[in-house]
Amino acid sequence: MRVALFATCVNDAVLPRAAIATVRLLERLGVEVDFPEQQSCCGQPQFNTGYRLLTEPLVLRMARVFETYPYVVTPSGSCAAMVRDNYPRIGAKARAEDRGEELAEAAASLAPRVVELTEFLVDVLGVTDVGAHFPHRVTYHPSCHGLRVLGLGTRPLALLRAVKDLELLELPGAEECCGFGGTFAVKNPDVSAAMGADKVAAALSTGAQVLCGADNSCLLHLDGMVRRRHAPLRTVHLAEILAATETTPWRPGSPA
Amino acid sequence: MSSAYLGMPAFPQAAKAATQDARLRANLRRATHTIRDKRARAVGELDDWAALREAGRRIKDQTLRHLDVYLLQLEERVTSAGGTVHWAADAAEANRIVAELVRATGESEVVKVKSMATQEIGLNEALAEAGVTAYETDLAELIVQLGDDLPSHILVPAIHRNRGEIRDIFVERMARWGRPAPEGLTDRPADLAEAARLHLREKFLRAKVAVSGANFMIAETGTLVVVESEGNGRMCLTLPQTLISVVGIEKVLPTWQDLEVFLQFLPRSSTAERMNPYTTMWTGLGPGGAADGDGPRAFHLVLLDNGRTDTLADEIGRQVLRCIRCSACLNVCPVYERAGGHAYGSPYPGPIGAVLTPQLRGTGSEVDASLPFASSLCGACYEVCPVAIDIPEVLVHLREQVAAQPGHAAERAAMRAATWLFEHPAALAAAERTASATRALHPRTLPLGPAGAWTQARDLPRLPAEPFRTWWKRHRAEPPAAPQSTGTSQPPTTPQPPTTPESTP
Amino acid sequence: MTSRDAILDRIRAALAAAPEPEPVVRDYRVAHVPVDDHAAVVDLLAGNLADYRAHVHRCTEPELPGLLARLLADHGSRSVAVPPGLPASWLAQADGVERVPDDAEAPLTAQRLDGVDSVVTGCRLAIAETGTLVLDAGPGQGRRVLTLVPDHHVCVVDTARQVVASLPQALPRLDPTRPLTWISGPSATSDIELDRVEGVHGPRTLDVVLLA
Repeated sequence: MRVALFATCVNDAVLPRAAIATVRLLERLGVEVDFPEQQSCCGQPQFNTGYRLLTEPLVLRMARVFETYPYVVTPSGSCAAMVRDNYPRIGAKARAEDRGEELAEAAASLAPRVVELTEFLVDVLGVTDVGAHFPHRVTYHPSCHGLRVLGLGTRPLALLRAVKDLELLELPGAEECCGFGGTFAVKNPDVSAAMGADKVAAALSTGAQVLCGADNSCLLHLDGMVRRRHAPLRTVHLAEILAATETTPWRPGSPA
Repeated sequence: MSSAYLGMPAFPQAAKAATQDARLRANLRRATHTIRDKRARAVGELDDWAALREAGRRIKDQTLRHLDVYLLQLEERVTSAGGTVHWAADAAEANRIVAELVRATGESEVVKVKSMATQEIGLNEALAEAGVTAYETDLAELIVQLGDDLPSHILVPAIHRNRGEIRDIFVERMARWGRPAPEGLTDRPADLAEAARLHLREKFLRAKVAVSGANFMIAETGTLVVVESEGNGRMCLTLPQTLISVVGIEKVLPTWQDLEVFLQFLPRSSTAERMNPYTTMWTGLGPGGAADGDGPRAFHLVLLDNGRTDTLADEIGRQVLRCIRCSACLNVCPVYERAGGHAYGSPYPGPIGAVLTPQLRGTGSEVDASLPFASSLCGACYEVCPVAIDIPEVLVHLREQVAAQPGHAAERAAMRAATWLFEHPAALAAAERTASATRALHPRTLPLGPAGAWTQARDLPRLPAEPFRTWWKRHRAEPPAAPQSTGTSQPPTTPQPPTTPESTP
Repeated sequence: MTSRDAILDRIRAALAAAPEPEPVVRDYRVAHVPVDDHAAVVDLLAGNLADYRAHVHRCTEPELPGLLARLLADHGSRSVAVPPGLPASWLAQADGVERVPDDAEAPLTAQRLDGVDSVVTGCRLAIAETGTLVLDAGPGQGRRVLTLVPDHHVCVVDTARQVVASLPQALPRLDPTRPLTWISGPSATSDIELDRVEGVHGPRTLDVVLLA
């Protein structure tokens, strides 16, 4: 099977380990991965901040870049949700404004083919045990867009439970937002930080060494708070855990 | 809207103070988490919740689509049952109508049932200017009124006060408004409720005029419905001679049968009860008119627009008019929990306030323009909303309106630059490579602008040695191979913070 | 132009381009319990009433006067408001308790009722799933003020004829033109820290008699 990786702009520029791990993991599972280099960003920052029209060129670009792939796999719940939930809205609004069908068609073509990594593993490949090994105590934060917009449900936990030697610890108040929220983090810095502090405290209360998530934008915010506090916790993307094996273990370190 | 909210600061400034108020944070956390868990249990009892929610959503959408028809039907039924219907285009007109109705009775005081609509229009202040004292009779509204405070929650306006603070307010302030607090009042909730009972009873027994809102109005029968817990509503709706109900036009429901949906999910969403203790339903003056001696002898219904028809005109925004004011969205909102209700600068706090207030009042003021951004778009509000208002969708829709207003030039330029860069992947790749190459020079914090806001509480991310797309080019060139090491194609180049020992190989 | 016309015009203008929404589908349950198991429905009513701090009693018709007398005595009541149409036999054994009848000729004032200890009424119907009593001011129930001002309400439910399982079953049996009072447990509030406490303005003690 040949799929496209939509790495997302955050993973590409700032946290490439998750994208690299996604490639390694999928290749290990026999999937042929392509990375169309004309890809960039889904436009979520613009759209969610109120700049819908500035999102539109990116909608068209995404549809064009990924046109030929049956699946577009992305290690980000919120970017997948942006495409699946908001692209059709952008298309519908453009149509309502009498600006043609192009955006609506682009959205209708792309949206159903974009899948978040855990959906791809569990629903498309039909695996929960991906042969990973990760001998650490882990707690999982289900980011809001994956949890509520995509409805990822127990998929990430099922994948983590199948990881050898991984001790999974339940995160209290897991379903509560970490406070990132894109530009919310800078437009409402105090509330965002208060939410993030509570999330970090909840993660620390579990005794976990690793705070795992499936959305690096949330982890970026939480990692910034963890490091500011010098807290004994690492934020690690789920893909990195699933990519780790006994022969090629996960290692901390400078990204890529 | 009420003058009490004029000149409120923008949400982020007001919220900043709230996040630093440890007692407020503790009060809100305790209360919202208590009700959150109870609500989940109450909703869990009904295995057809999704079907009820869908029916509720559709009933409301049908009602709103034919609102003129249902309002006229309602008017006809209320009138034929002995009531009088008034129409108020805005707050000033509604206040004027109520003040004139009270003046016509010759009374100088009214008792009030808790009502969001009268909060919205600032009725109490308007009546005070007309020489009429309005006594709030809901326990939480009483706490707010005695404390010269503002409400901070739709259902529990004094949620920001804990039992100790409430005791102090009762002891210090009750005597100014009537019967003083009992000697030796404790902070036990039952004792506080008893103090309110004693304080208000004399007011109920002498009141000649009451002012209420309504949770629902039934077009086909002309029936009004008030849902409550304490019995203050029953007192106000039953004992006085004149009853004036001020109700938003969106509160109408087409049929009597529709109540079987809304009365199932309002109490469960609101107080997490199977049913609230008391619900009063009345149709005009009743079957016997004023002569049967049961309830008021005169009934006035004031139908309030005050921005609702503007909201109705907005294709995305109109869904907010489905709201039944249950406040489930407040109780699950992580932003509300930390910012508190006052930061929203209106009687409608929380997620629903963030989408309702800017539509009713516009986005001209600083606080109103900031409300659509007072959300991380986490979606918890939409998930619990019994009438399925997609609050995140409306927030983003309103952000678009605000972003088009003057004063967003710098942000717009930054967003445009980002889109340009994302439209030119070669330039993007070059920028990423430059950023990675210079990463040793990047600070952990920055003083100003969005980056400054970020680094108030967080370190800036450390950039990678190379962006993903650079790694990909190399990976592409490699022959397909057996399992490879993950994510560490280069050795660490910066020292690690002292974290968990096991994580170091 | 009147505000009435202005508002109606604005509504019509706002909706001029609005599509017709999806039709209402009522595929929710008529009841959440088997409605033909009457004994179970009555048990559910009893359980839900008790859950919200109503005191639930069961008796047969011949036992009713004795039970009502005991409930008034237990509450220490010296006076009881009596709505028009309440069967005279119900209070036949309430010795030493002053009957305070309400009638159209001499309606009781709220002030007078404030000095009355208890009220005994029947009801229009009871809803099991929510633990709700519905009064419609009919015979044996009286004006709304009667069950509001006294601090103790005893409500008798004829379980054979007056108990329904659910709201969808209750609404068609009610006349919306009558003044309706739905009662689910005694007066309560959640206004202090969102924690429920019983007893504010309405009757703080609610005795419900389930008459077999």
